[in-house]
Amino acid sequence: MNSEIIEITLRSIYVSGTATLLSAVWSLPLGLTIGIKNFYGKRLVKGVFNAFLGMPTVVLGLVLFLLIRHAGPFGFLNLLFDPLAIIIGQAILITPIMISFTISAVESIDLDIRDLAKTLGATEIQASLAVLKEATGGALLAFIASFNRAIAEMGVAYMVGGSIPGSTMVLTTAIADQRDRANIELGLTLAAILLSIVFAINLTVNLIQKRRP
Amino acid sequence: MRNLIKLKDVTKNYGDIKALNHVSLRVRKGEVFTIAGPNGSGKTTMLKIMASIDTPTKGEVHFDGLRVSDSNRSQIRTKCTMVFQKTVLFNTTVYKNIAYGLKLRKFSKNEIDERVENVLDLVKLHGYEKRLAKNLSGGEQQRVSLARALALDTELLLLDEPTANLDPKNVSIIEETMSRVNREFNTTIIMATHNLFQAETITKRAALILGGKIVQVGTAQEIFRVPSKHLASFARLENVFSGTSKILKEGTSLIDVGNGLEIETSLKKSGNATVFVRPEDIILSKKPISSSARNVFKGKIVEISDLESVVKLKIDAGKQFIVQITKRSFNEMQLNVRSEVFLTFKASSVHTI
Repeated sequence: MNSEIIEITLRSIYVSGTATLLSAVWSLPLGLTIGIKNFYGKRLVKGVFNAFLGMPTVVLGLVLFLLIRHAGPFGFLNLLFDPLAIIIGQAILITPIMISFTISAVESIDLDIRDLAKTLGATEIQASLAVLKEATGGALLAFIASFNRAIAEMGVAYMVGGSIPGSTMVLTTAIADQRDRANIELGLTLAAILLSIVFAINLTVNLIQKRRP
Repeated sequence: MRNLIKLKDVTKNYGDIKALNHVSLRVRKGEVFTIAGPNGSGKTTMLKIMASIDTPTKGEVHFDGLRVSDSNRSQIRTKCTMVFQKTVLFNTTVYKNIAYGLKLRKFSKNEIDERVENVLDLVKLHGYEKRLAKNLSGGEQQRVSLARALALDTELLLLDEPTANLDPKNVSIIEETMSRVNREFNTTIIMATHNLFQAETITKRAALILGGKIVQVGTAQEIFRVPSKHLASFARLENVFSGTSKILKEGTSLIDVGNGLEIETSLKKSGNATVFVRPEDIILSKKPISSSARNVFKGKIVEISDLESVVKLKIDAGKQFIVQITKRSFNEMQLNVRSEVFLTFKASSVHTI
């Protein structure tokens, strides 16, 4: 059973970590752009992302299931009950969190940093990177909050992953599975592992932030 | 002398707001130039356009004979730098703040170390390299901003209200650094300010900007020693009096400013007039003095303000006058509030606005 616990734990970290990185690919630039730019309808856009922060995971899971099931429009991709389906689902789930947190982080810093970088010789891209660097703390928080939301969610993992042992079972679905089997002791062990991962990552990021000059 | 920067009919709009309105201006290589004007007059916008970090809505900007365009803006940006009124610092050490622009210019580590040390010496912040910039005092932060700009050794240095809200010690360090950089490295400096004393003492030429328009360009002496109605509209001038003027037989004019006070001026002016006497042009004495000066008034000291090296006195002589004397004179004359004094100034020291 020990090797199975390790396998489930590593899969959870891999799936949710990959989902977080994938989401970061579009969420960080989008959050940065929305945070920096002033445009008509900005408040509405921010409002929409904030509204999706509380998206019920089972609802998203169900929608994704309908899309990727064999009879669905994306059925030909054969993603159903594949870890990749969970990765994509979780990446979508955490997108509003990462964008909203990034916007807040960027808006909290002095946007004159952009003009400062430019007057010191930076190109437009280098100036944007300077702003992002100033917002590193907030961006890291967005990253961690997103990862925590991904690794702790069950709706998407269950609906599109199916919690298949040795394939798509992750910590949350495994805990539910152990409850169904009345194996409370193992369920508690898995829950303790899940909490330890979340705490360990938060602690590490806090330490890194403290060491930054 | 060649122009380093030239604005040609520049207009800048922010939505419906016209920040700059058909501004044309030339600043020569190696000069220290002041842009004076009230808050919101367009000084900062003009500096940002000169620094190539903002673009004009209409008009042309020329830098060292080259017209600034989208294709060369980034390159020209490396030849000038701006220090903002509100101190902006990267959230890191003093060293990294100063090194940022040098790293962008691909300087080696040794060159960066050397430049950082030199500019910190220049702004009297030696040994501050490892300190967190944001933990420094307001004056020290502004000096780090100046050091960061100076490290780049650019042809043009743009300073937006560089000494606003700073204590006299920090003001003096910044002013001294500016003068030294201009003198030793021939750096062209353009400074936006509403501190007229600073503008007059540091700069050679100046422009007045009001409501986004340049209303006067000239030498600092022309603009600040004989204030125009433009300058008077925003600057807090002292000893400004209005009244009715009549031309005397001798060719001078006598202005009745009320409360029995008549001020003689060497200018020929009749009808309504507003005049101005500089506080340092008034001689203060405890007894009437025999001189060629045409204006002598008796008054009483009502307020004493102790400045760095001078003392400013408010004197009621029917109208209130501000007089500035050295601390030494003040002590020697043993003046107090309510002391009776005589104010003496020449008719030629009375300027019309």
